[in-house]
Amino acid sequence: MATPPEQNSADIIIAGGSYVGLTLALALARELGPDLDLVVVDRDAAPTSQVDVDTTDPRASAISAGSRNLLAALGLWAPLEGDATPVSAIELTDSSLNAGVRRPLLTYDNAVRNGSDSGAASYIIPNARIAQVLHDAVAATPSVRRWRGASVSGFTAGSDTASVTLVDGRRLTAPLVVAADGRRSAVRELAGIQTVAFDHDQIGIVTVIRHERDHVNRAIQHFLPGGPFAILPLAGGRRACVTWSENAHEARRILALGDGAFLDEVDLRVAGRLGAVTLDGPRASWPLETHLARRFVAPRLALVGDAAHSVHPIAGQGLNLGLRDVAALVECVADAARVGLDLGTMDALTRYERWRRFDTAVSTATFGGLNRLFSNDNTLLRSAREVGLGILDRLPGVKQLFVTEAAGLSGDLPKLLRLPAER
Amino acid sequence: MPATTFDDCAAPVQKTMMAQQHANSDANVDPAEIARFARLADDWWNPHGKFKPLHKLGPARLGFIRDAATRHFKLPLRGMKPLTGLSILDIGCGGGLIAEPLSRLGAAVTGIEPTDANIGAARQHAKATGLVIDYRAVSAEDLADENRTFDMVVCLEVVEHVPDPAAFIKVCATLVRPGGLLILSTINRTPKAYLLAIVGAEYVLRWLPVGTHTWERFITPVELDSHVRAANLEALDCQGLVFNPLTDQWSLSRDTDVNYIGAAAKPL
Repeated sequence: MATPPEQNSADIIIAGGSYVGLTLALALARELGPDLDLVVVDRDAAPTSQVDVDTTDPRASAISAGSRNLLAALGLWAPLEGDATPVSAIELTDSSLNAGVRRPLLTYDNAVRNGSDSGAASYIIPNARIAQVLHDAVAATPSVRRWRGASVSGFTAGSDTASVTLVDGRRLTAPLVVAADGRRSAVRELAGIQTVAFDHDQIGIVTVIRHERDHVNRAIQHFLPGGPFAILPLAGGRRACVTWSENAHEARRILALGDGAFLDEVDLRVAGRLGAVTLDGPRASWPLETHLARRFVAPRLALVGDAAHSVHPIAGQGLNLGLRDVAALVECVADAARVGLDLGTMDALTRYERWRRFDTAVSTATFGGLNRLFSNDNTLLRSAREVGLGILDRLPGVKQLFVTEAAGLSGDLPKLLRLPAER
Repeated sequence: MPATTFDDCAAPVQKTMMAQQHANSDANVDPAEIARFARLADDWWNPHGKFKPLHKLGPARLGFIRDAATRHFKLPLRGMKPLTGLSILDIGCGGGLIAEPLSRLGAAVTGIEPTDANIGAARQHAKATGLVIDYRAVSAEDLADENRTFDMVVCLEVVEHVPDPAAFIKVCATLVRPGGLLILSTINRTPKAYLLAIVGAEYVLRWLPVGTHTWERFITPVELDSHVRAANLEALDCQGLVFNPLTDQWSLSRDTDVNYIGAAAKPL
């Protein structure tokens, strides 16, 4: 439907133009076809420079096989594949910081054997690359209008439509509003949905390193007393994204260091496994906090991604959980739309909430618990961890179960997360 | 061919005429009457209210209608408006629970009900949701006398309430254009239907007021098929509708023991 750019009604409004919001917009456009009129209200203003998205973000995401299937269905995997490193194996160590040698406690082959899918269970992709590909795809989708530099200041749900008011006074109405506006979701708060939050008193630090020896697509996770330290292999064999959690006090000290001393801290944690290391990107940091919204839906409203939940990044599942929300919500809304029901019909929203909230609550508790189990220097707990993971290491069937789970291919899978032949 | 070029040209004119009719009728209607219609519309459209069973049945019935239409009229099943170009008559449209979705799927919908109250409620709701639907308080017989025909006529959960179903189905059939489709849904006359649709739905679950249905008036698929053939339509192609209490959803099934829905084509 051709619409003038400032028309104040739409079929669906998505608040939030980050990874989950834009993927949702593209997935809805794919499922509902060219008649759809969708508006993405994006708080970030369009960048003024030539570049459309920030390419200096050092972060990288572990994209599960399920998320890859979704991106492929949206035609986004082809442009991403060249920058995606299929993770061949994952190595876990459990050590104190000054241990000379970090003996691998558990190494597992990261390939999925699940039906016809036999690829890697996860892929490491730089966030900046994902942002660029999503941006380009949205720009090429006429049914998605992106309002940039627009912040939400009001939300009201009526019996047939919901309205969103923007800070600049503009008002938009649609039968369905989706909050994809992050952990401090304004729309969630305006709708009066409470959250249960847990502050880990840890800060996440991310940077990019260049190293001497080839990582052979192997991901390494050192469980250090201050928090997990992950080395995620990037394309080309000699670059990696390091992402670690540190207790808040120590993190602030490290972040205040100059490049030379900061590199020493990184090097100490990489522990010589990859040869000589140099910094190859900026640093980023953020406080770690786990939360779960008490409801994922309200009349004419659905929460997705960090607006609904955030998990500890220990397992790299944050974006994957958000993309699972996308696939489930799109399936519920599209099933309703295909029989002509109103897009924000409560039946579809209730189905989405039932589908996602339990799965997410389990993930929130598991990843938070894993973090607490490993982020300490208690000798007794370390012995228990070694025995536990040592047993796990000798049971390949069980390890494969974990890989399938981490690949996002377990449970009641939304169609978009499956391979085309299995949809 | 469902879409005629004439219809396409006439559509904007029809919309304008209907908008004027709305404006005129609004000016001549008592505010108390409007409030009554609004309350009734709220009843019809409350998914947890007294019409909850119809809301629950909606998706499965609409899926059958959409698939029957796209198959019969060879329409591409993609996008949000697969029924674009079809004219559909909904006989016994109530508050518009089926008429609105069909309109959203792209069809030009006419909804009829014998009572002014239901039509008033349906009109108000369509206006609130921004859908253009031609609602009229008229009987199927009177509409047939106007010689109107439609690509598709939909008549859901009605035949089990009329005194002479055979004669009523003949009237429905005259409203279908040659080459068009008639969709009927009703309840089978089986012991299981007595148990589920009357004892279960009316007395145990209280989904429906006691006395909504009379078992003797239920119609078997064989009887419905013979009424349809007597009205010079082709054989009824029908499917069952079954309720799954675990998922709280209705779905299409081969089991036609209780609720079922069928489609019959009118030869060219």
